[in-house]
Amino acid sequence: MLGIYLSALVLLPIAALTAKATSGGPGVLWREITNPEALAAIKLTLVVAVVVVALNAVFGTLIAWVLVRDEFPGKRLVNALIDLPFALPTIVAGLVLLSLYGHGSPVGVNVAFTRASVALALLFVTLPFVVRSVQPVLHELELSMEEAAASLGAGPFTVVRRIVLPSLTPAIVSGVALSFARAVGEFGSLVLITGNLPFKTEAGSVYVFAQIQNENLPAAAAVSFALLVAALVVLGALTFVSRWSSKHVR
Amino acid sequence: MAIEVDSVSKRFGTFEALHGVSLTVTDGALTALLGPSGSGKSTLLRVIAGLEAPDTGSVRIGGQEMTDAPARSRGVGFVFQHYAPFKHMTVRNNIAFGLSVRKRAKAEIDERVAELLKLVRLDGLAGRYPSQLSGGQLQRMALARALAVRPKVLLLDEPFGALDANVRAELREWLRRLHDEIHVTTIFVTHDQEEAMEVAEQIVVMNAGRIEQTGTPRELYEHPISEFVMSFIGPVNRIGNAYLRPHDVQIVPEPGGNTTEALVKRVVHLGFEVRVQLTLPDGREISAQVTRAAAHELELAEGQILTVRLPAARVFTPASEPVAPAPSTL
Repeated sequence: MLGIYLSALVLLPIAALTAKATSGGPGVLWREITNPEALAAIKLTLVVAVVVVALNAVFGTLIAWVLVRDEFPGKRLVNALIDLPFALPTIVAGLVLLSLYGHGSPVGVNVAFTRASVALALLFVTLPFVVRSVQPVLHELELSMEEAAASLGAGPFTVVRRIVLPSLTPAIVSGVALSFARAVGEFGSLVLITGNLPFKTEAGSVYVFAQIQNENLPAAAAVSFALLVAALVVLGALTFVSRWSSKHVR
Repeated sequence: MAIEVDSVSKRFGTFEALHGVSLTVTDGALTALLGPSGSGKSTLLRVIAGLEAPDTGSVRIGGQEMTDAPARSRGVGFVFQHYAPFKHMTVRNNIAFGLSVRKRAKAEIDERVAELLKLVRLDGLAGRYPSQLSGGQLQRMALARALAVRPKVLLLDEPFGALDANVRAELREWLRRLHDEIHVTTIFVTHDQEEAMEVAEQIVVMNAGRIEQTGTPRELYEHPISEFVMSFIGPVNRIGNAYLRPHDVQIVPEPGGNTTEALVKRVVHLGFEVRVQLTLPDGREISAQVTRAAAHELELAEGQILTVRLPAARVFTPASEPVAPAPSTL
């Protein structure tokens, strides 16, 4: 039962995509991927995704820390707001970002049609992942471990570096993996604010969409396949890191 | 080093955990803080360690004012109830933590860790992770970790609370011997009176955020100053306002003097000791304690009617002042 369910939802689409991408032979696949515009789009997506997940790792962990360890008025509201990027249709998110940080920005920041806008949109949609994966682990983390370190002479900075962060690493890594996958596949929030300028702000997913519209299906399938492989490699590597770092933390 | 706690109070919200507690522990002593849960014993220990800041009062360690010093600069070794192992570090790195924080040379750390592993009998397990150790081994690792930095005082919060009875008995004995070897001023928290009496030289009995009485195990058992102490340290029969130890109830062959009849309700064999539950003619129930040999001689059986003598019982006035033992009113 579950096998059929998973096959229908995940395995078959991936297999179909792989079949489509490789139907013209490896030569066609390679040519479509190394097409300069396609390559620029793939590179932009991957580089920005890396920057975005790095920022998420830092700020997501900090936000989780504040939400678990600090008390302040409105904490429950802030906690609820973290999930907003999940609930908002991404095209709406893109629209909101464009009206806030685009031409005629009410806050005086205009990043529309720049690479920064790609990062901004991806940061918005991936915000919840690290926060939500670190939060429960931090909540369960025994305070006595930190107290033990303090009584052994460790200052607050050392306690965080040698006790807290190593305990959170598996959770941070799994949040990062989810963020990365989402950033690679994100489309809706990018399409308005980035302007989709080839070689400049055109992300991989947007390139795929453009090729579909131009009825250039081999190119769309090839780039999708490349993004899929990149995401799988990164997810695999991160899973390995997470396993390794959590080997003894039970 | 000596520990002096002066009029320490601590409140958590509306709960007053400590009410003006003062306590002096002499250098090198092995002291138990004994009391029921919520009596403030763990809070007092945490205040001494600097893990909890008192609302009022002061703490001095080795004559040095420590009230506002952070935990890390008090030179206190603390062993937590659930050991608080650093789960992502090996046994070796757990024990070495305090030394590596102090930036000691690697050779010195290795030597000290090897010495401690031997002391706590964990040699050969240096490369294991906490998840691969048993409860007793974790407890000993936590102790070695606390001792590594040569603390001025060693504080243990319910050190044996989470262990099996067998392991617990063994570790108690071992802690006692360890203290004889290293002579570090030690305070441990327990709710188990037997554990306190077996291990400690001095017992501090706490109740509802106050110290009830301080003394050697024998002093507390023989001269409790309040009904709380009397009933907390050892088993007790309550007859009206009077308190009587079960082993003071005498089973006698003939009526005469201050004796009464009693019906044997239950006989419990606990090895050397036999506990007899008795019902007095007025319906009150008391328990008596006799040796195995005496029980055998008396051929104790349920349903049997015995003659018992209830000697001097202790009476505490409402102000908990000690009163000379009074003869039983029976």
